Parts: sequence; C-alpha cells; structure tokens
Amino acid sequence: MSESDKNQQGLDPEITDKLRSQAAELVEQVNAGEYGRAMTLINELSEVRDQSLYREVGRLTRSLHEAIRNFQIDPRNAEQSEALSKMTDASDRLEYVVQMTGKAANRTMDLVEEAMPRASAIRDEAAELRDEWQRLRRREMAPAEFRELYARIDTFFVSLNTDASAMYENLSEILLAQDFQDLTGQVIQKVTTLVKEVEEHLLSLVVMASHVDQMTGTVHELEEKEKVSAEQGVGPQIKAEEREDVVSGQDDVDDLLSSLGF
Amino acid sequence: MKILIVDDFSTMRRIIKNLLRDLGFTNTDEADDGNTALPMLRSGKYDFLVTDWNMPGMSGLDLLKEVRADENLKTLPVLMVTAEAKRDQIVAAAQAGVNGYVVKPFTAAVLKEKIEKIFERIQ
Repeated sequence: MSESDKNQQGLDPEITDKLRSQAAELVEQVNAGEYGRAMTLINELSEVRDQSLYREVGRLTRSLHEAIRNFQIDPRNAEQSEALSKMTDASDRLEYVVQMTGKAANRTMDLVEEAMPRASAIRDEAAELRDEWQRLRRREMAPAEFRELYARIDTFFVSLNTDASAMYENLSEILLAQDFQDLTGQVIQKVTTLVKEVEEHLLSLVVMASHVDQMTGTVHELEEKEKVSAEQGVGPQIKAEEREDVVSGQDDVDDLLSSLGF
Repeated sequence: MKILIVDDFSTMRRIIKNLLRDLGFTNTDEADDGNTALPMLRSGKYDFLVTDWNMPGMSGLDLLKEVRADENLKTLPVLMVTAEAKRDQIVAAAQAGVNGYVVKPFTAAVLKEKIEKIFERIQ
C-alpha cells in the first residue's frame, strides 16, 4: 500500500486530470445554460476534492506515524517508552561527548601542572650552576666552594635524570589522553546521521502538508521570524572567514573597537 | 589584587586561573554563572572581573550591565573572554561598558596584553 511519497512534489495527476476535465465540462454546461447539470458537476467536483483531501491527510498521518516509530518516540507503545527515543539517545550521546572532552582536558592539564614545576626547577638550577661554572672557569672559586659545586653538580645530574624521566612519562600520558577524540568523533558522526534523517522526514512531511493545504485552499500567514538581537549568545563561529558580520581573530576585534573609539 | 573568574565550563576557568597565576595573580575565585557571580561581587571586594558571555542563567553581558548599574560596582574593570565573535556583539559589549574583549581561542600573550592595558588605563 505504500507509495513513494517522498518524490511527489505536486498533486496526484489522477486528481489534476479529473479537475481539468470536470472544470471544462462545467464551463460548457454553464455556457449552454444547463444550470441543473452545472450544479451536479459542482457537487461532483466537491466530492473529488473531499476524497483527495482524505487521501492526502491519510498519507500525512501515516508518514507521521512512521516517523514516530522510526525515531522511537511513541509514548503509547509500551516497548518503546522503556527504550530511549532516538532523540533522547542522541542528547545522551552528546552529553557523553561533553563529559569525555572535559575529562580529557582536565587530565591533560593535571599532567601539565605536574610537569611544569619540574621543568622550571631544572631551568633555575641549571642557570645557577652555569653562573657558578663561569666563576670556576674564571678561576674565581676557592677550593671549598669548588667542592660544594662538585657535589651540587652531581645532585643536579641525578635529579635531572629523575625529572626528565617523569616529564617524559607525563608527555606520553598526555598523548594517550587524546584518545577521546576517536570515541567522541564516532558519537558525533552518529548524531549527525540522525539529524539528517530527521531533516529528511520533516521535509517530506512538509510536502504532504502542502498538498493538504492545496486541497483546502488554505494559505498560512506565518509570523515573521524573530530577529536575533545582538545581546543573544550564538556560540563559536565555525566559518568566520566566509562571513562579513563576524570577526576572524583578536586583531579584528581590536581594530573594530579602536575604530569606534573604545 | 582579587580577581573573579566566571565561565560555565570548568576547564576554561582552570585555564584562565593558570594563566593569571603565571602573570602573578594568585588571588582568584571562580563562579559558574552570572547569577552566582553577582552576589560574590557584591560582597567580595573584587578588583577585577573576567567573564564569559554565554552562560545558561545570567549571561556575561547581563552581568556586565548589572555591575555597571550597581553604585558600588560600576567602576569595576571587566574583561570579557568569549567565543562570541559577531561584530554586533562586540559593539554591544563595548557600549555596555566592557573594558576589554578577548575572543576564544586566545593566547597567553593576548590575555596578558589586555589585562595590562586595562590596568594602565585605570592608573
């Protein structure tokens, strides 16, 4: 019983043909003064309209049911209301992505915060040792001081070894912490697929609804879309270079502000 | 120098906190929304506010407006650090009285420059 609704943009040719022939006959009868016959024809036209209307509405509701079943959001179906709807599933998945990326970011920062003090300690100690070493080379050092330096250098080599190993470990762990990208990438791709599916279904529903509108002669007056005020946040821009109303970096921001006298 | 960092993402608050620490600002507090930040500002004697724009409860722009409308807070220096990059928005923030505007992603150098510029202007 299912017809390929998706590709049908216009009304059924069956209907438009009937309309055309009956309208032609109506004109004929009116011109011939056959008003009784003309009124009968008008009734018949009306019936054709009604039947096609019911058929289009039936198609529309069937598509809606299919969509609801496909996206698993039927509240009356016991089995489905236990499982998650695809939308809820998609939202959960995206929440999962937020969690994962947050965890990875924090883990990476933990490892970096561990490594940084070690790196600056090495840097500072090396700088001081270098000064002492220069003094030694300029023969400005007393033997007692030299013995101190000797021991200090030794200690430095030991701690250098330890710290470098620890930092290397941290760097490896940071590398591993990036493993979230593969998982989050997969999840996001699944959600993208779902979004596209929803869009397709909505489009085909809109086409069918327009058929119904045509049958009933309804014209919808839609309210003008609310303009987005400058005060509403819209989130990060992903195609800044292609848009004129968006800045492409901090320099642009600075230029804009100074051009306005701020 | 006591600084309040406001952003709904804890990872960003952490990054900014670390960058401020590297610049020598170790006395910092955090809030996750304009709604939680405002009472802190009113009772906390902060010298500087760093805030995001997009937050679920009260946005950074609304927070800025509240600050500028408050007798005791109106001179508080405010730096916005945000992903919002539309020209209209930048102008709106400037007109609402923001002292500096940094777009994400940003570098440590940019953050440092903007903070220093704000303090130069005050002194």
